[in-house]
Amino acid sequence: MLWTDLMMGLNRLRGLGPPATLWRLCLQCSPAVAMLDRVPSALGVPPLGLVALRLSRGIHGRGDQTNHAAGNRVPCRFPFSRVSKQDLAFFENLLPGRTIVDPDVLMTHNVDWMKSVRGSSELLLRPQTTEEVSKILKYCCERRLAVNPQGGNTGLVGGSVPVYDEIILSTSLMNQILSFDQVSGIITCQAGCVLENLSNYLEERDFIMPLDLGAKGSCQIGGNVATNAGGLRLLRYGSLRGTVLGLEVVLASGKILNFLTALRKDNTGYDLKQLFIGSEGTLGIITAVSILCPRRPRAVNVAFLGCSSYKKLLETFQCCRGMLGEILSAFEFLDSACMKLLEKHLKLINPIAENSFYIVIETAGSNADHDKEKLHNFLEAVMASFLVTDGTVATEDAKIKALWSIRERVTEALTHDGYTYKYDISLPLEKIYQLVEDMREYLGDKAKNVVGYGHVGDGNLHLNITSHSKDQALQEAIEPYVYEWTARYRGSISAEHGLGLKKRNYIHFSKHPEAVALMKDIKHMLDPHRILNPYKTLPDQG
Amino acid sequence: MSARVLVGVKRVIDYAVKIRVKPDNTGVVTDGVKHSMNPFCEIAVEEAVKLKEKKLIKEVVAVSCGPQQAQETIRTALAMGADRGIHVEVSGKDYDNLGPLQVSKILAALAKKEETSLIILGKQAIDDDCNQTGQMTAALLDWPQGTFASEVVLEGDKVKVIREIDGGLETVRLKMPAVITADLRLNTPRYATLPNIMKAKKKKIDVVKPGELGVDLTSHLEVLRVDEPPQRQAGMKVETVEELISRLKEAGRM
Repeated sequence: MLWTDLMMGLNRLRGLGPPATLWRLCLQCSPAVAMLDRVPSALGVPPLGLVALRLSRGIHGRGDQTNHAAGNRVPCRFPFSRVSKQDLAFFENLLPGRTIVDPDVLMTHNVDWMKSVRGSSELLLRPQTTEEVSKILKYCCERRLAVNPQGGNTGLVGGSVPVYDEIILSTSLMNQILSFDQVSGIITCQAGCVLENLSNYLEERDFIMPLDLGAKGSCQIGGNVATNAGGLRLLRYGSLRGTVLGLEVVLASGKILNFLTALRKDNTGYDLKQLFIGSEGTLGIITAVSILCPRRPRAVNVAFLGCSSYKKLLETFQCCRGMLGEILSAFEFLDSACMKLLEKHLKLINPIAENSFYIVIETAGSNADHDKEKLHNFLEAVMASFLVTDGTVATEDAKIKALWSIRERVTEALTHDGYTYKYDISLPLEKIYQLVEDMREYLGDKAKNVVGYGHVGDGNLHLNITSHSKDQALQEAIEPYVYEWTARYRGSISAEHGLGLKKRNYIHFSKHPEAVALMKDIKHMLDPHRILNPYKTLPDQG
Repeated sequence: MSARVLVGVKRVIDYAVKIRVKPDNTGVVTDGVKHSMNPFCEIAVEEAVKLKEKKLIKEVVAVSCGPQQAQETIRTALAMGADRGIHVEVSGKDYDNLGPLQVSKILAALAKKEETSLIILGKQAIDDDCNQTGQMTAALLDWPQGTFASEVVLEGDKVKVIREIDGGLETVRLKMPAVITADLRLNTPRYATLPNIMKAKKKKIDVVKPGELGVDLTSHLEVLRVDEPPQRQAGMKVETVEELISRLKEAGRM
């Protein structure tokens, strides 16, 4: 009773008064807040009775700044139970040797890849089978214990780590490939298989995964599906919504839902798997996946081109579509600011002369001679018409990897440049770089670097802004300006990274209230006690 | 001076490819497998092109011995900056038996025919790891050699070569004409830029038969058998020291 009163009170207060009042109420809700830098303090004085966690490089303790950005307000801890000795005994009995309370091990699982958010979970579980996941969830549902499903922990929106003391359920030990059909190319595997391992397995058998991303060495397929990951190959093979044929999911109640079909076509009833794809672990835990894999292309070529303007880049894309159409498998771009960061922090060498924009084009086909001819004709055409000022081509594996690393390592280079604010935006193609230029002008000296890169072929921009250290004023300047800009051109505020913790409250920039209301109804239907990945994906209110 | 440099480039299986032994153990699978220029040959081409850019030599000629596909490798050298190419056509059984001795005879004949001042080769090929062609070529021509070069400096009619040897670095000064073989740290090969790739298509590749050079390709070596290295055995994880000791005893290691 008290909790619902408090929650209702909170909602009423949100519209009124200074953040200070709201914050004091939150104090009473939750003694252990560990959401860094999202926490406003009452009138500049650190609140009492709270544990301030100070960590090393990149993670800043709670500051004394008042946070006006509504979207970043820390959610109060929901009234979940806390892990008791009996709970621990139950888990240790269920998962002997795989129930982890060691704080050192927990530390890495409590912090995200970007080292920007940190939870305070005290329990990590490592099931190996779907039955174990089911038993865990059934117990947690009965006990009202919150659960944070975690795969490779490579997400960029704070969705993969706990906010408070949610139990971390890691799929890392569920890494078995269950079957692979050589004729249909359908692979069925557990959710904890690392993407790169799946790729290697398939490549030996002359197939490839339909998706590829920079995090491939760590990310797990369950997490990829739960976040509907995009990546570098989406242009050619489509999204996971098309290539995932079936799933095995465990619901919050512990019920196992198996629709792991290996069928290309199956129009029998509502397509439930689409609900779980991209649900970010809030509707159910994916435990197994069956995916349709394309054949490994015989001939892969990568061209790295330089353009002097964004307009020429778009024209190059059109020419590319026309002349390389069926063999085009990736069209990525990065701007000169990215190249400078790569040269400065990672000592990578620019393969061509300096340009304003760089394009990475990959072709994949079944006949090396045909592809080479098509590619050469295309390159001659774009060079002759001065759309492209310089470029290079690679056919050997080693050189292809080297050219790809220039695009794939931009994220890494940015982490060395200071604190990074990442935005993953979908926009109409013509508008993509305008956002970068506008942000640069708008932020001026407040930001250290404003760079743009990404899957331009899919209309997806990765806008990144760096500063020397975490800067509240800079963040407030960026948000919600960048989201408003995006909404103005009917773009998406999160093209492929998802909403997680960081963007949950900005959903209304891209989705209507009725749609969000329906999402909340579905969440309530599948997880009435809200134990699955709480505080994420859906907005706190509205 | 009208110095001409001959660069040997070998077409080998790309080093990133996983090698498979043929079921009949006579060799490795090459059909449909990605091939590319031997990495050390790339370094050799890069060095030659650098010398040309410094205007120390006049012409870079890329040479490759093999079947039709060898021309692709020559084209890559042309795209990096070589002026013209020579394809010595060797195919079938002759190509299977082509080894360092045969190649060095070919290079020696070509060097004389083309009035070469410098032959730059890669130190070894990544498929056979022989590390013999450069040395044999120099011997056949009775030219001085600077092998495992990590630095090359032209000084008039001499060339100073800093060699990587087991004990460190050795500096030798050779009177040209000479043979140099390139080691890893000599340079970083450039990416072939588009304008050069386009230009390369128009550069000349002459096709020559070994017979025309007066070279006899018979080999005195016969490959008896090719096997994969033994599979690596999986390790074992143990939980306690006691278990480690008992396992070692079981395996007869204690």
